[in-house]
Amino acid sequence: MPTIHEKKFVSGDPAKCIGCCVCEYACSLKHEKTFNPTKSRIRAIRLNSFVNLAVSCRLCEDSPCVAACPRDALRQSDENGTILIDEDKCNGCGWCIEACDYGAIQLHPETKKVFVCDLCDGEPQCVEWCPEEALDFTTKDVLSQKARRTAVKKLFQDALKGE
Amino acid sequence: MSFAKRILYVDLTTGKTEVKPLDMKLAKDYIGGIGLGMKLWLDHSKAGVDPLSPENPLFFMTGPLTGTMAPSAGNSYAVVSKSPLTNTIGEAKAHGFFGSEIKRAGYDAIVFTGKSEKLVYAWIDDESVQLLDAEHLKGKSPGETDETIREELGDFYIRVSAIGEAGEKLSRIACIINDEYRAIGRGGMGAVMGSKNLKAVAVRGTHDVDVADVEAFTEFVRTVHERMKGPATRKYRTLGTPENVLVLNALASLATRNFTNATFEGAEKVSGEYLNEHYVKKIIGCATCGMRCDHIAVVPEGQYKGSTSRVEFECLWSCGPLCGVDRLDAIIEAIRLADYYGMDGISIGVVVAMAMDCYENGVITDKDTDGLKLNFGNHESLVEAIRRIGTRTGWFGDTFAEGTKRAAEIIGKDAYKYANHIKGMELPGYDLRTLQTAALGFSVSFRGACHLRSGAYSPDVKGSVDRFKLEAGRGKMIVDGEDLYNVVDSLILCKFSRGVMYEGLKDMALYYEMATGIPMTAEEIILAGERINNLARVINIREGGGTRKEDQLPWKILNFPVPEECIGKGAYVKQHEFDVGLEDYYKVRGWTKDGIPTPEKLKEVGLDDLVPIVKKKIASMEK
Repeated sequence: MPTIHEKKFVSGDPAKCIGCCVCEYACSLKHEKTFNPTKSRIRAIRLNSFVNLAVSCRLCEDSPCVAACPRDALRQSDENGTILIDEDKCNGCGWCIEACDYGAIQLHPETKKVFVCDLCDGEPQCVEWCPEEALDFTTKDVLSQKARRTAVKKLFQDALKGE
Repeated sequence: MSFAKRILYVDLTTGKTEVKPLDMKLAKDYIGGIGLGMKLWLDHSKAGVDPLSPENPLFFMTGPLTGTMAPSAGNSYAVVSKSPLTNTIGEAKAHGFFGSEIKRAGYDAIVFTGKSEKLVYAWIDDESVQLLDAEHLKGKSPGETDETIREELGDFYIRVSAIGEAGEKLSRIACIINDEYRAIGRGGMGAVMGSKNLKAVAVRGTHDVDVADVEAFTEFVRTVHERMKGPATRKYRTLGTPENVLVLNALASLATRNFTNATFEGAEKVSGEYLNEHYVKKIIGCATCGMRCDHIAVVPEGQYKGSTSRVEFECLWSCGPLCGVDRLDAIIEAIRLADYYGMDGISIGVVVAMAMDCYENGVITDKDTDGLKLNFGNHESLVEAIRRIGTRTGWFGDTFAEGTKRAAEIIGKDAYKYANHIKGMELPGYDLRTLQTAALGFSVSFRGACHLRSGAYSPDVKGSVDRFKLEAGRGKMIVDGEDLYNVVDSLILCKFSRGVMYEGLKDMALYYEMATGIPMTAEEIILAGERINNLARVINIREGGGTRKEDQLPWKILNFPVPEECIGKGAYVKQHEFDVGLEDYYKVRGWTKDGIPTPEKLKEVGLDDLVPIVKKKIASMEK
């Protein structure tokens, strides 16, 4: 299994996200061949005009959702850290949903089993489609670097302008 | 196929609901949105119906692209009914998130008939339809109503379209608002909802929306996203529509102090540039649309500190320059209040400006306003006037909640000179004295004064015509614009994104065909646009208007030349030139000199069944 440093996941940038839900449509199109946000593995939230963010699976270490499943229907992929669901075992009991702090694992409106981000074989379609480039397919290390660079740029914007 | 092929009928009197199939021939002939809505309204109503009576059906329409990921069209809906403001057919569109829920719930349209005994809201949860008590929502703003309903139904993703106090109190300028800032703004559709005791429509849809050719469709959507990053949408993504303030001011077309002046000395202070630098905190978007245009402004300090609203040019203009107000903080608060009470942001400013003009000219006095000093430029009075009109407080609030036309009738005297409306609908933000193609275009619009029924200001602003006069040749420009906009509003594409349809009608026909699987050519779709315009005109004739007599301009536009030193000094629309313009327009339309569609024209556009209505009218005019 990739280490926590190597695992890439879909991360949303609240500064860029405008809450347009294009990610949801892209996800349902890819996985379900239809347009239906309720079948999307990523969901956008608009708390108010100023707070918008799309949320999907963060591929936790020792995933609480896996641990919570009483029927061993969930396991974490050795290959990329995504959560794999055995639909024969899942009965939609929802323990995994309660265990997830991010609301990233959901109950499918039709199959009545849980479903979650699978990273589209390494090419997440939500990231591909996001018109605001608010979604990144990246690692936590890269995110922290990025945040540091942004913070320092802000601190020294005058000096940078002077260049 | 992106039509749900089902229409939901809700009888508010009995509480009974029924689902009927959508006639697919109508879905092709009238496209969807306003076209299909107006056709259905005609078929479901009796001639001369009182707009605020239970007999006036209210249509919540989706378009053929609603529910898909089509940018700017996937999220839309339209409301169609007879307008209590204009007595003509009324229609308005809104985007945001609400519209797509209707389609996902499995309906192309929701039709409300009758009147509930008590205030209720409709809760449409896929197949389940309930009317729930809304007494506890009485007096709440659309935003508060939305929040309360989502809270009590226990799902954050439910979408709500609601009226405020103005709609409950049957103000003829009341609107319907969804998703906090998105309005079914014009023509008093909120009052129609209020007259039915329908506070809100809450919808949750979980069904799939499919398109006929998913690969071609998504490829096209990708192209549209790319185009949206280009020049066609630059204005909306950057300064937003308030960019118009300085543009129109330079053209002497920024109507000021109730169409007294055509330039505003305070323009810089209320410009899009100033707004973005000092007030805009975030620019957000609607569902499926990455263009993002919603400029959310917050007042950072002073007496209106914390006031937040979505600012577009029209409302900024009506509450700003038109009232002589040069303070953006007060304008932001005024727009917030208009949204709070649920009133059309254009009409409300024009109504207050009329009140100010009446006050300045002694037509109304302190006694009528209960001491409110309604001088132009008095921002505190502007805000207080909106409060009173929104709540119908006192003689003043009650009278002006009726809109400019009826307020003038109630007041009498010279008040009509200050009522800037066409067919009862308040003018939008273009000084028609210096944009005369627009003047002609606005006058013939089937829903009253409207810049979005033809975009007729465009040749004036671009400089492709002499905008200070009217002459033959303008008719064709308006007709082409109207037919195109009927297509746009029936697909319910956001007009901000019209520029990304690089191939125009060809792109739109293709969009329709890829989504629905119903063959559609550019020629067919523009014919549908023409059909829809004729349909609307015949509806207005059936309702007692829709003739040359109604295609008029406000007194000031015809009688009050621009007084100040500027490029437009002395400009006004001359009646004889206006007559030439009207006749030119009717000729291009294939209508009589009285503005009535001829039986031949109706047959040509496939409206054979409406021929008796015009024949009767033509015969009565000859008498």
